[in-house]
Amino acid sequence: MRLKSPADLQRKRQKIISLRDSSRHCVTICSGTACHAYASEKTALAFDEEIKSSGLKGKVDIRRTGCHGFCERGPIVVIFPEEICYLGVKPDDVSEIVSTTLMGKGLVDRLLYKDGNGEKVVHEGDIPFYKHQTRIVFGNNRLIDPKNIDDYIALGGYSALTKALFEMSPDDVMQTVKRANLRGRGGGGFPAGIKWETTRNAPGETKYVIVNADEGDPGAYMDRSLLEGNPHSVLEGLIIGAYAIGSHNGYVYVRQEYPLAIENLSIALNQAREYGLLGENILGSRFNFDVTVHRGAGAFVSGESSALMNAIEGKVGEPRPKYTRTAVSGIGDKPSNLNNVETWANVPLIISRGADWFASIGTEGSRGTKIFSLVGKVNNTGLVEVPMGMTLREIIYDIGGGIRHGKKFKVVQTGGPSGGCIPESLLDIPVDFDELAKVGSMMGSGGMIVMDEDDCMVDVARYFLTFLTEESCGKCIPCREGIRQMLAILDRICEGEGKEGDIVMLEELSEVVQDASLCALGTTAPNPVLSTIRYFKDEYEAHIRERRCPAGVCKALVSYYINPEQCQACQICLRECPVGAITGGKNIVHVIEQDQCTKCGTCLDVCPPRFAAVEKLSGRPVPAAPPQGTKVKRVKKAQQ
Amino acid sequence: MKKLQKVTLTINDSEVIAKEGMTILEVARDAGIYIPTLCYHEKLAPYGACRICTVELSRKGRSRLVTSCVYTVEEGLIVKTESPKVIKIRKMLLELMLASSPAKAIQELARQYGIEKRRFEAEKTNCILCGLCVRYCSEIKQANAIGFVGRGTERRVVFHPEIASTVCASCRECFSLCPTGKLPSETDGVCFDDLTVDDFLKTQQSPA
Repeated sequence: MRLKSPADLQRKRQKIISLRDSSRHCVTICSGTACHAYASEKTALAFDEEIKSSGLKGKVDIRRTGCHGFCERGPIVVIFPEEICYLGVKPDDVSEIVSTTLMGKGLVDRLLYKDGNGEKVVHEGDIPFYKHQTRIVFGNNRLIDPKNIDDYIALGGYSALTKALFEMSPDDVMQTVKRANLRGRGGGGFPAGIKWETTRNAPGETKYVIVNADEGDPGAYMDRSLLEGNPHSVLEGLIIGAYAIGSHNGYVYVRQEYPLAIENLSIALNQAREYGLLGENILGSRFNFDVTVHRGAGAFVSGESSALMNAIEGKVGEPRPKYTRTAVSGIGDKPSNLNNVETWANVPLIISRGADWFASIGTEGSRGTKIFSLVGKVNNTGLVEVPMGMTLREIIYDIGGGIRHGKKFKVVQTGGPSGGCIPESLLDIPVDFDELAKVGSMMGSGGMIVMDEDDCMVDVARYFLTFLTEESCGKCIPCREGIRQMLAILDRICEGEGKEGDIVMLEELSEVVQDASLCALGTTAPNPVLSTIRYFKDEYEAHIRERRCPAGVCKALVSYYINPEQCQACQICLRECPVGAITGGKNIVHVIEQDQCTKCGTCLDVCPPRFAAVEKLSGRPVPAAPPQGTKVKRVKKAQQ
Repeated sequence: MKKLQKVTLTINDSEVIAKEGMTILEVARDAGIYIPTLCYHEKLAPYGACRICTVELSRKGRSRLVTSCVYTVEEGLIVKTESPKVIKIRKMLLELMLASSPAKAIQELARQYGIEKRRFEAEKTNCILCGLCVRYCSEIKQANAIGFVGRGTERRVVFHPEIASTVCASCRECFSLCPTGKLPSETDGVCFDDLTVDDFLKTQQSPA
C-alpha cells in the first residue's frame, strides 16, 4: 500500500496503534547478533510453542527485536508493559516464565539481574548497565522488530521525513544539521552539515548519498547492531540527507560479513518502497530517491572514503591518491556525501526535536551521544550509548561494572587500530572527539577495549600492527613498508631480542608513516605504538633491557617454575601438560623440563590454589631444579 | 571552452607561472627544478604510491606535506622541494625500499640523499610495487596482462597467464619501465637496455 501524503502516513500510524493493545503482554526477545549466537532463536521458538500450548495465543504478542546492548547476559527477554527483564534466558526457562509471569503475576527470580549487593532488579531501565546511559539513537532497538516497518512507524518513524519534506526547505534541513553541529561518527568527527553543503554546492546534477557500514575495527559492532536492529532509522536519515543535498541515488556500503544487517536492511528497503517512502514522488512530495545496497568484499581499507567509492564503482577498494574530497568527486567523479551508520541515524532525531535539543546534549565541541562497544576485561560487556563528555571512568565502572575478577585496570583502547591506549591517570577525561585526540587516541567509530594488569602493552601494539599489515592495501611505501618494519621491531622486542635504540627507531618510523602515507589508514597506523610508548615506555624498556615482560604475556620472556617447597605431587599438572614436559611422580616433587616447555600456562591454571606451587617468572633465571626424585615436603593439614 | 587561468606560485624561493590544473611536479620539471620520482610516468595517470616526490607546501602560514605528482597548483602556493622534513621522509622511504629492493636506481637515489648504512631487512623481492608495469599494460596497452594480487605486505605483481601467454611474448614493453629490473630478470632475462618507454609509446596512438 503506497502512502501518498503525510496524512496517509499519519492515518497509517494511527491504524497500527489502534490495532495494538498496550495493556496486552508483549514478550520481546533480543535477536541481535550476540544474542543470536547465544541461540536466542531457540528461546523465541520455545515461547511460540509454550504460548500456543498454554492457550495464550492471540493474548500475548511475541516480538524478535534488535540488539538491546547488554550482550554479556544474553539472550535477553523483556516483557512489556511491565518491562520485566530476564537475562540469559534458555529454552528450558520459557515454560516457567509463561506460567509465572504471563499467566500469574509472579517473577522468575533467578533470571533477574542482581546488583553487587545481591539485590534483584526487575525493570530493564533500572539495571546499572542501562541506568547510566542516554539511549536516544539505540534505545528503540529493543522496542521494534526490525523486519516490520509498522513497529518503526508506530513509534513515530518517518515523521521527521515528513517534517523535512513538507515543512522545511532543503536549506532549512542543512542549516539545522549544521546548527546541531552533528559530527561524523565514523572516525574523523568531521561536521556532517559542512560535508553535506560541500556536496550540494559541488558542480554536477547527479549527486550521491552513501551510508558507510563497513565497520571493521577489532571489537566494534555498534553500526552492525544499529543497522540490524533499527534499519529504518538509518534509512530515514539518509532520505532526509538526500533531500537536503539534492541527491536522488543512495548507496549503503555494508560488509558481506554482516548477513543479518544485509537481510534486515533489504527487507526495510522493500517495505519502505511499498509504502512509498522510497522511489518516485515520496509521500506526494515530488521528491524522488532510491537506495542500492552494495556488499563489501571484506577489506578494512574499503571503509576509507575514496576506497569505498572505488569499490562501489566495481574497482579494487584502494584509496585514491587525489587531493580532491569525495564530497566533491566521489562515485564516477560525481559529488558523493558519505556518512557513517550512526551519523545518519542521528539525523531524524535532530529534525524532529530540533538543533537546540541536540546541542543541549554533550560537550561544547561534541554534541549528542555516542554509541560505544564496551568490550574486553570489563564485567558488563555490550553496547552503550552515553552523552558526549561522560568520563571514561563512568563508562567503565558505572556502566561496565568495573574490571573482571577483581583485577587492576590498566588501559582502555579507543578508536580501533587508528586509536591509542589511555592509562588510568586519564580516566577522568570527558570522552569527546577533541579530548580523546589530545591524549593521543581518537574517538574512531566507538570501539572501547578495556585491558587489565595481565595485558602487555608491547604485545597490544604488536597486535594492532599485525592487523594493519594485513589490512593495509599495500599500495604506498610508507604504510606498507613502514608498518612492516615497525612490526618487525615489535616482534623482536616481544621475542626478547630488543635492542637499545629500538624505541627511537619506532618513533622515527612512526613520524614518516604519519607524514607520508596516502590515506588515513597509514597516517594513523602508528597511534597504537606511539600511545603505548607515551604512557608505558618503562614496559618497552623492561622488555629491551631486562628481557622482562612485566605483564607476563610475551612467551619468550616468561618461564614456568614449580616451587619444590610447595609442590604436593598431586600429579594434576603432570597429567595435564600437553607436551609431557613435567617429570615427577607420586610423592616426588614435580619439575618442568624447561627445554621442552611450550609455555602454554596449563600447569599454572590447573595447580590447586591451596598449593599454588607453579610460578610464572619473567626477567629472572629459573632456579635450579631439585635433585631428581626429591620427596615432597608435606604441608601440615592445619596449615593448609 | 573556458580558457585556463594562469597561476603564480613559489617553488624554492623562485616565482613560477603555471597553468591551472597542472601538478606541482609538472610545473617544477618545466621550470627545471628537480623532484625525484619512482612511480611517476608522464604518460600514465598519477598514482601516488612511492611518495618519494613528497614536497612541503605552505599556504596562509600552514605547512603541509603532499605528493607533488598528484597535487594541483594553486595561486600563492609556496613549495619547498628539499625542506628538512622532505629530506627526512625521502631518506626513510629509500631505506625502506632498499630493504627489499637493493636495485641500482634505488641505490643511486640513496647515495644522492646520503644514506650510508642499511638499517632494515625484508624479503628480497626486488619489487617496490610502483605499478608502472601494471598501469602501462592497463592504461596504454589496455591488455591487463599483469596485475596486483594480495593486500598489505602480501601484495605482489603477477602475470595473468591466460592473457600473458597470448600478448606478452610480442610486447615486453613494460620491461624497460621497471625501476628495479625485476620484470626482465624474472621472466626470460631479456632486457631492452637501450630503449626507453618513449620508444615504445611512439608507436602507440596517444590516449584520448
